[in-house]
Amino acid sequence: MSKKILPLVIGAAMGVAATTAAGATTLEDVKAKGFIQCGVSQGLPGFSNPDAQGNWTGLDVDLCRAMAAAVFGDASAVKYTPLSAKERFTALQSGEVDVLSRNTTWTMSRDTQLGLNFAGVNYYDGQGFMVRKDLGVTSALELSGASVCTNTGTTTELNVADYFRANNMPYEIVAFEKADEVVAAYDAGRCDVYTTDASGLYAQRLKLTNPGDHMVLPEIISKEPLGPVVRQGDDEWFNIAKWTLNAMLNAEELGVTSENVDEMKSSDNPSIKRLLGVEGAFGEAIGLSNDWAYNIVKNVGNYEESFNANVGPDTPLGISRGVNALWNDGGFMYAPPVR
Amino acid sequence: MANTDIFQIRTEEAPRMPAPVSTTGAIGWMRQNLFSSIGNTILTVVGILLAYSIVAPFIQFALIDAVWTGENREACLPQDGGHGGACWAYVKAYLPQFIYGRYPVDEIWRVNIVYALFLLLLVPLAIPSAPFKKTNAILFLVVFPIVAYFLLTGLVIGDAVILPIVETAVWGGLLVTLVIAVTGIVASLPLGVALALGRRSKMPIIKMVSIIFIEFWRGVPLITVLFMSSVMLPLFLPEGVTFDKLLRVLIGVTLFSAAYMAEVVRGGLQAIPKGQYEGAMAVGLRFWPMMYLIILPQALKLVIPGIVNTFIGLFKDTTLVLIVGMFDLLGQIQSSFTDPTWSTPSQGHTGYLFAAIVFFVFCFGMSRYSIFMEKKLHTGHKR
Repeated sequence: MSKKILPLVIGAAMGVAATTAAGATTLEDVKAKGFIQCGVSQGLPGFSNPDAQGNWTGLDVDLCRAMAAAVFGDASAVKYTPLSAKERFTALQSGEVDVLSRNTTWTMSRDTQLGLNFAGVNYYDGQGFMVRKDLGVTSALELSGASVCTNTGTTTELNVADYFRANNMPYEIVAFEKADEVVAAYDAGRCDVYTTDASGLYAQRLKLTNPGDHMVLPEIISKEPLGPVVRQGDDEWFNIAKWTLNAMLNAEELGVTSENVDEMKSSDNPSIKRLLGVEGAFGEAIGLSNDWAYNIVKNVGNYEESFNANVGPDTPLGISRGVNALWNDGGFMYAPPVR
Repeated sequence: MANTDIFQIRTEEAPRMPAPVSTTGAIGWMRQNLFSSIGNTILTVVGILLAYSIVAPFIQFALIDAVWTGENREACLPQDGGHGGACWAYVKAYLPQFIYGRYPVDEIWRVNIVYALFLLLLVPLAIPSAPFKKTNAILFLVVFPIVAYFLLTGLVIGDAVILPIVETAVWGGLLVTLVIAVTGIVASLPLGVALALGRRSKMPIIKMVSIIFIEFWRGVPLITVLFMSSVMLPLFLPEGVTFDKLLRVLIGVTLFSAAYMAEVVRGGLQAIPKGQYEGAMAVGLRFWPMMYLIILPQALKLVIPGIVNTFIGLFKDTTLVLIVGMFDLLGQIQSSFTDPTWSTPSQGHTGYLFAAIVFFVFCFGMSRYSIFMEKKLHTGHKR
């Protein structure tokens, strides 16, 4: 009796999880289930955050959508898993997500010791300082004796310690668990300086009572190249992630946008022809159709469009391109050519 | 014959004079209750000042300075800088998400049906004078959970998709809060009663098991239970098999509150005089009828405050699930803070205020209902 019922009960109660079957590549898995499982943050404004309609939006989210466009020709074939900083790598290693696009800093240890691969950089970030204008400070080197508000348990805290010690400046850390608390404390004058990654500074500035009374100091004290991450040992999927990002950058460089991509197909420029799959078989070489990049630009847009829609000057965040401009525009963004 | 010239005899009562103004009406009441002594007067003044200093800014923030309509953060930014009032426009924009989480928009009617059924069955069940109690209870406790389960998760028979599957990962907001709270409340009471009886049982094994179970669950914090259920449990299961995360949390919460419930019920059982048991046995009742007909009704009635206390605690503890990455009402509100479209200085305050109001309505409602039931069931324990 119980022998008959038990399996039924257990079977009813358990959803069988889709774990990577031995031998199947990530691309095969993704094609089989019909969507990409994308690991995002639990909410970083402009990079990955849910909006009022419940859709995930942001620069990091667009990368997942672009990958879905490349694989399926449909940018909406993505499911999102919000991950905390602690569980993000485990989720990727265990196959719970196919790609991690979650404002994750590319470091040597992460790239070499966790069995993961960074597929590029979609945002060059760095830790900065925000202070009140009436403090009369113009450089971070004048912050001797300042009290600094920051989040607990992040590299942010360690970077501050390194920087102040290296410059022989005394300082006092005021740390909080949640970003909201840090902002509230800084806004209430509990500390002189608010520090986090520059991208976060812009986001949190929106919550200050008088944003105009504050300024971001010019010093960037750490390198935080953020980019998408995939599992090591699956070069096919690694290539797709890498070249999705490169396609968005190359499209911007060649002036291909979601508006004009159809006209651009008949362009005489061989670079554009190769990118949009009119010439050559570059898509097939990475296991996709030849119009993979066309689908990316058509459905999601080029890097500039994504940047401006999510974090650019016309959004509440108002981040200027700065170092994230293209290489021929004074920035770091340089994608290898499609050739 | 009376000589009325010399003395006067009153033939009707003298007209009544009104009472001194200082002892009647509002003034009299205040004198008697608020200003009857110097100490009382001081307390009254302090109390009024305290209430005013809290209520006035609150009204100012929540109603007077509040922004009710708007498309984005611009609406809620005060013109001259500074800290504006509550941004209800943001709550309005996010309301569907606070109520349903990220449940697919095309399927939201299913959640609405569940909400409606829940109210339809709960309200008559809660009104003592409503008829068909037994049918109602069976519908609510047996039929409703099954219907709700399939409505919320979906129904696929073979290849025929009757209702598309909606994973619990996209559930959120009030839906998750209520699913966890209602399941926990409904399932923990019978479990708790069984455990309480087990702990008072004369059978050593049952007694031991009950004691160990109760003490184990009362000995760990709920947050540990949730961590264990969401992080450790998958490690003990065979590769590739996993329980649904929400189901794991439900089981954890239910067992946890069942242990607390057991102790509350045991308190009630201990308050029943021995004569009740003996009387029940004397009329020939076996154990279960005795418990069901005589002992438990009295015991449970005695501990209604304790039971409702546990329920209210459980309802508020549901917010802990945001630790394991599920978005209940509070989690959903916190996640909305990351949307730059609505980022303003008052966004956080407004969101938390909204959460407080919703939780207060539910918890205070439970509390009032329990007082009503206590009065209703009051049968001769009045001192």
